[in-house]
Amino acid sequence: MTRAMIARARRTAPSLVVFAVLIGAWWATVTMTGSLIFPTPGEVLTGAWGLMQDGTLFEHIGASLFRVAAGYGLALLVAVPLGLWMGWVHGAFLTLNPLVQILRPISPIAWIPIAILWFGVGNASPIFLIFISSVFPMVLQTANGVHGIEKRYLRAAENFGVSRRKLFSQVVIPAAMPQIVVGMRVGLGVAWLVVVAAEMIALRSGLGYLIIDSRNAGNRYDLVIAGMVVIGLIGLVLDGLMRLLESHPSVRWRYAS
Amino acid sequence: MRPKITLQGVSKAYGNGEALPVVDALDLSIREGEILAVVGPSGCGKTTLLNIMAGFVAPDSGEVRVDERPVVPDKKGILMSQQGSVFPWLTVRQNLMFGLNGAHGGDAVATADQYASLVGLRGFETAYPYQLSGGMLKRVEFARALAVKPEILYMDEPFSALDAQMSLRIRNELLNILQTVRKTVVLVTHDVEEAVHMADRVAVLTARPTRIQTVFEVDLPRPRAVASTGVQALRAAILRELGVD
Repeated sequence: MTRAMIARARRTAPSLVVFAVLIGAWWATVTMTGSLIFPTPGEVLTGAWGLMQDGTLFEHIGASLFRVAAGYGLALLVAVPLGLWMGWVHGAFLTLNPLVQILRPISPIAWIPIAILWFGVGNASPIFLIFISSVFPMVLQTANGVHGIEKRYLRAAENFGVSRRKLFSQVVIPAAMPQIVVGMRVGLGVAWLVVVAAEMIALRSGLGYLIIDSRNAGNRYDLVIAGMVVIGLIGLVLDGLMRLLESHPSVRWRYAS
Repeated sequence: MRPKITLQGVSKAYGNGEALPVVDALDLSIREGEILAVVGPSGCGKTTLLNIMAGFVAPDSGEVRVDERPVVPDKKGILMSQQGSVFPWLTVRQNLMFGLNGAHGGDAVATADQYASLVGLRGFETAYPYQLSGGMLKRVEFARALAVKPEILYMDEPFSALDAQMSLRIRNELLNILQTVRKTVVLVTHDVEEAVHMADRVAVLTARPTRIQTVFEVDLPRPRAVASTGVQALRAAILRELGVD
């Protein structure tokens, strides 16, 4: 084994041990208590395998990802320009910040009745809920990013006499980009949390629906847990993708020091 | 020689209510093509004075004129701040191209690369600033300023972040470049030796609220060795003027 491989194994081993211990404890507890409803890890795997074979798992994943993509994409389109505007124009910040601060702490769950009233029980409701929950962190992080631009950079831009367009494309936006990326990562995390919650309400697809439906249709707790694990794994992948953004050289300067 | 920059009765105070006077009715005339070093006790308002000269801070009273016109901050005079303002999110080449508005595409790249090699940055064009050493970063700063062909360079402690050897090396490189592309340079520094090494004249400021105490002519042949008796004698004289023997 190379030295790098050993170092890697050292890093990952402790968390693998924790997983093994937890799964072992779960297995032992269910076996010893002889629970009729709570599944063993093996039964969860078997259940998940069944869902994969008939393809329903992928349909649910696809439905959830589609809603996240739509709601989060819309939020991104609104949040970045709005945040840049609030960050650059002091009056815009003074005007809109109180509204954002009041709307932001409202749990997306509290919006569910209104979402159903406005958008019914189709795709539009969860898309709206994802939008409303991910838009505010991204607006605020973007505005923060613009506020945090050091004066010496703005002064240099003024000194070189660049056009307003170049000022934004080469100074303001890239200077705020590390904060925007942080906001995007937080926003995507929230969006993924919310889609599952939203799908538990009266929809016929999605991972949230899978969980509620599996419970209602004959206490299939193996599928409930399989659904939960899949949600966790996809969340991990989404976060990993956002971390890739953070490692891009044009934003790394901020995190590097 | 006609004056490039003139300051007439420039005063500036900071804060409202209990105003803190920083610059007090200061007069100064800077000749075209000279290197003028500005030294003074720490905290005396050197940076404020430089920002006023470059047009970034308006004086409360008095006037700054460049080529007999009221100063405006533009490409004619590039200010180099103490911490540096190379954009960390742009590559070296993109930084050098930043001020090149007129040139297009390939022209701008060629100009940027020409200035990169002038300051010894060849091969680092696509590097990001955080991948560079402090000395390299200074070179980017100078190259970006020189690329827009300014007439004046306003430099605020440009070498203070460097170690002594690197500082001397970069100073010599800059002096070499300034031999070929003549600029009017205002160099604010706390380092008297650096001032004598580089400047044609050294202006000594008083404590705050600051004004000009004395101006020394540096009549020493170039290139100057820092350890030479001439440099060291003048350094001692200026330090005496500052009250620190």
